[in-house]
Amino acid sequence: MESIITAVIIVAAIGLIAGLGLAVASIAFAVPVDEKAEAIRECLPGANCGACGFSGCDGYAAALSSGEATDTTLCSPGGNDAAKAIAEVLGVSAGDVKPKVAVVLCQGNHANVNTKLDYNGVESCKMAAQLFGGPKDCIYGCLGYGDCVKACPYEAIFICDGVARINPDACKACKMCINTCPKNLIELLPLDTVQAGVFCKNRDKGAKTRKQCKVGCIGCMKCVKACEYGAVSVKDNVAHVDYEKCIGCGKCAEACPVKAINLVDIKRH
Amino acid sequence: MEMTKELFSVLLTAILTQNFVLAKFLGICPFLGVSKKVKTASGMSLAVIFVMVLATAVTFPINKYLLVKFNLEYLQTIVFILVIAALVQLVEIVLKKYMKSLYNALGIYLPLITTNCAVLGVVLLNIESNYSFATSMVNSLGAGLGFLLAMVMFAGVRERLESCDIPKALQGLPITLIAASLVSVSFLGFTGVVESIFG
Repeated sequence: MESIITAVIIVAAIGLIAGLGLAVASIAFAVPVDEKAEAIRECLPGANCGACGFSGCDGYAAALSSGEATDTTLCSPGGNDAAKAIAEVLGVSAGDVKPKVAVVLCQGNHANVNTKLDYNGVESCKMAAQLFGGPKDCIYGCLGYGDCVKACPYEAIFICDGVARINPDACKACKMCINTCPKNLIELLPLDTVQAGVFCKNRDKGAKTRKQCKVGCIGCMKCVKACEYGAVSVKDNVAHVDYEKCIGCGKCAEACPVKAINLVDIKRH
Repeated sequence: MEMTKELFSVLLTAILTQNFVLAKFLGICPFLGVSKKVKTASGMSLAVIFVMVLATAVTFPINKYLLVKFNLEYLQTIVFILVIAALVQLVEIVLKKYMKSLYNALGIYLPLITTNCAVLGVVLLNIESNYSFATSMVNSLGAGLGFLLAMVMFAGVRERLESCDIPKALQGLPITLIAASLVSVSFLGFTGVVESIFG
């Protein structure tokens, strides 16, 4: 009996000392914390996944409060709810956060683009791209080996006829696929807004592009002339749309002779 | 001289032949969990080395002057868990205040390993082996270094697995476990090495 009492006393004493020690230490060694950072930290899910590019939720919160980071939408697990909550804490109006979805800007499926070699290597875009830029004639296009499919934590991406496609219902705009794509084909486009999008990244001269792909941008400037708002420009033989200026009138898409420009109207169901 | 020789022997044994991860199968959770990249693997291992040495330094006197004295050796596990957890929390608080850079480097890994079985295992095994204080410290350091070696090596293996064409059924954890077993088998090659050096 006595030994049990000694055991209880010793363990309890050690626990008490440890607890009191920690309590004293947390006061004595208290580091002044940024209240704003603390409030932002509360909005984050606390998964410490690192998808935002910082050393965890604490790191992201500290960066936001110190002004080091301004983008409140980097937290992919928290999604739009977290982004809105952070925006509120920071005093940025929540309306500033426009929901976006990732879109693969390539239409080079098997019907539109020819293949130049028979690739039998590792099923990976990164690997295939190192062999003459990939098996397709167009070295700028989607290779369709699904590196983005593997990178996507939400299973939003699938390969359709040799080109990756993203399901806007599942996409959380976490940018994992954007960082993975070796051809830099994926971009974030605004959700629920009618806008023009150039579905091509081919920087070759028009005549060469035409031979490679039926729907490749040939840099003919027709879209630039058609646009009344100066939203379309051609650089390196490929058209770009300034999403800030574009109102989604669709004149550039009508003018495009190869249908590389499409009106996109992405909606979630 | 005899002492130094013994310490070296214990150190090398803990790193190579009795590697905590690959021979004793302790600390498998972080071994599989944070070994995806060499950078995170080494960060985690440094934290483990730090905590292992610190935990030994604290639990050894507690065992000798408290538990043994009152014939309470059977309480080792629970008391050590308690002490190590509290200690690591304390160290974290102190580091945060005075050594911000080290705190950032160890980061999330420090609280993660408070109750890591490898940390608890090393202090219990030290006592089971009747090591002296100095030998215990060296053994803990060796166990930590062995953990670092296993983690960094395995992280290298996993980084190369990333670019391999793995059959679908084996992708992810299955191929990781197979690779881990192969690394473990390769460590069996060290059997007898330490004995033949110091024997």
